[in-house]
Amino acid sequence: MTEQIPSGDNSLLTATLSTRKIGWFEKFVGPENYRILLGLLKTPASIIGLSLIMIYVLIGLLAPVIAPPVKPDKDPYMIPRDGFSADPKPMGTEWRRNKPPVPFWYTPLTGKEEWVHLMGTSEGQYDIFYYVIWGVRTAFYTGLLVTVATLILGVIYGSISAYYGGWVDNLMMRLIEVLMILPSLLAALILAAVLTPRIGKSLIPVMTALIAFGWMGYARIIRGDILSVKERDYIMAARVVGVKDSRILFRHIIPNAIFPTLVLASLAIGDVVLGFAALSFLGIGTETGYADWGQVLSFARNWITALDQYWYIVVWPGLALVFFVMGWNLLGDALRDVLDPRMRGRS
Amino acid sequence: MTTFIIRRLLLVPVLLFGVTVIIFLMLQLLSPIERTALYVRDFPKNEKAVDGIIKRYGLDKPFYEQYWRWLVGVNDPITGVRSGGIVYGDFGYSRTSSQPVNELIANRFPNTVDLTIWTIAPMILVGIWLGVQSAVHHNGFFDQAARMFSIIGTSFPTFVFGLLVLMFFYANLGWFSPGRLSDDFNAVVSSAEFTRYTQLVTFDALLNGRFDIFLDAISHMVLPILTLSYINWATFLRVTRSSMLETLRMEYVTTARAKGLSENDVIYKHAQPNAMIPVITLAGFSVVGLLGGVTITETVFNYPGIGSAAARAAVNLDVVTVLGFAIFIGFILIIANLIVDILYAVVDPRVRLS
Repeated sequence: MTEQIPSGDNSLLTATLSTRKIGWFEKFVGPENYRILLGLLKTPASIIGLSLIMIYVLIGLLAPVIAPPVKPDKDPYMIPRDGFSADPKPMGTEWRRNKPPVPFWYTPLTGKEEWVHLMGTSEGQYDIFYYVIWGVRTAFYTGLLVTVATLILGVIYGSISAYYGGWVDNLMMRLIEVLMILPSLLAALILAAVLTPRIGKSLIPVMTALIAFGWMGYARIIRGDILSVKERDYIMAARVVGVKDSRILFRHIIPNAIFPTLVLASLAIGDVVLGFAALSFLGIGTETGYADWGQVLSFARNWITALDQYWYIVVWPGLALVFFVMGWNLLGDALRDVLDPRMRGRS
Repeated sequence: MTTFIIRRLLLVPVLLFGVTVIIFLMLQLLSPIERTALYVRDFPKNEKAVDGIIKRYGLDKPFYEQYWRWLVGVNDPITGVRSGGIVYGDFGYSRTSSQPVNELIANRFPNTVDLTIWTIAPMILVGIWLGVQSAVHHNGFFDQAARMFSIIGTSFPTFVFGLLVLMFFYANLGWFSPGRLSDDFNAVVSSAEFTRYTQLVTFDALLNGRFDIFLDAISHMVLPILTLSYINWATFLRVTRSSMLETLRMEYVTTARAKGLSENDVIYKHAQPNAMIPVITLAGFSVVGLLGGVTITETVFNYPGIGSAAARAAVNLDVVTVLGFAIFIGFILIIANLIVDILYAVVDPRVRLS
């Protein structure tokens, strides 16, 4: 009989217990948030979504190379127009007037020397290819700006409401209910219509309108999260050791409550772009000829009886918009699964 | 139950007050000259007339006085005739369509109601069916296909989908056309021999025994109905599916299976009714949303409802008209939401007890 001598060797223990190295990134974002981010990178839907968004980022960055502006000193967001005649011209028509420089990729790819309207022209001879390419930049610009602004507004409003509680909270939440009665698109449409004659046709009235009626969702979410974080033990601990209220709010509560709101906001860009396009489709928004997908689609309304012939006014900008929104939706769909508490521990 | 209804009813005046204040604030962004449309039909001809009107209707007074006048209207000191006053349903004059805003609303709202009525069944029934099927075949082929379908559905903007549908069914195939009625039927409907019992074209056509007009009206509504249903199916699918999955995991469903019920009975008699509770709320709010005017769909299909009228007024920068529509729509939505909430409390005991 051999005697087992305690040797102080823990190899058995370490072999059975699974240990995992915790990287700096996981420490930085916290284990729960790390799980969410990891889950996003593992789902096929979110990978497709991310790739779609990356493609759009690339197109946006390379816009001056893909569709070079006519003259370097002119505003590149104003779509070059080839004449003034009303009827749209089909795809492959040669440029006559106002021809932009031929980009370097064009001749090797198509084997042609002359720059043509790759996706046809809309009424007034605006080039649709330019609309689609430069519209990517407008989409990101408006989407990001509106999302950041609504997020900031919502977080400030929601934090104040949750922090003070009581009748202040009650009043502020009723105000949100009032603001949410009208369909957000209609409300934004009205405000844009009020602002446009005062500011002029540009991105500003529409963006202001989308911001004014877009922040309420974030305020509600952050308020809920703050209310739940407020009850955690470490907040109690901070109170006990006598930390100031403002410091508790900004250093302990908000950083721990803001993550879901941030993620939701980053995915809302697709919806913002959709709202923006919808308003320009209705005819409120940028001046004619500004690179904006909704605007080309609004041109199509004048050609409804002949859409079988002029299908390219609808299809190309429509696809650009659909894939843009789909990228964000795929990411959002995956996120919903990851955030769903019932799915915890399965991925 | 009674406390819940009373509490909910008490909220209504608060919401109404809030909506009027918001809309009034937006009106304040207009110049007093533009705001004269709230009270008088024609644009004043010269500066003196402008000043007179501004004085008479108190458009230069402090905002709380203006708000009050806007609510109850202003009586002419000599004739005693009231002009303005939104509590009486007078929203001012629409200068772009040269008629009072409330007449414009009265012309357009029945069309929106008509469209809503005919959209309810395809939107809700198909949406629920899709959701139940994909929950029953959880992670199966149907579920995956439905999931793809719902992502594509939510990514398609209404107007892109609508334009594509128009391109295919109208421009290419010529089956269904946009608008409300064919021209010759339009003439019949507005003539004296056609009695407008309900103002809803489809029902009036049936009541007048004009089956051809009924079919024509329906064929003009097919594309908007298709678009609205398609856009909403994705949401119905998602909500029904997740609620159904949750219900199917419950113990009473296992019990039902254990006592040997057929799978059909388990799903359709035991699980589905309980899974429908969140779907009912969604259905309620979707119908309310349709009733509030579907701006884009109506605009794409040139359908003369309140949504397209509001959009047209907004694009023509006729703010007084748009805000009149906004008050009307806000009112409709507040009342309809109240009804949905109360019905929900009737259906789900958990709501009324909390």
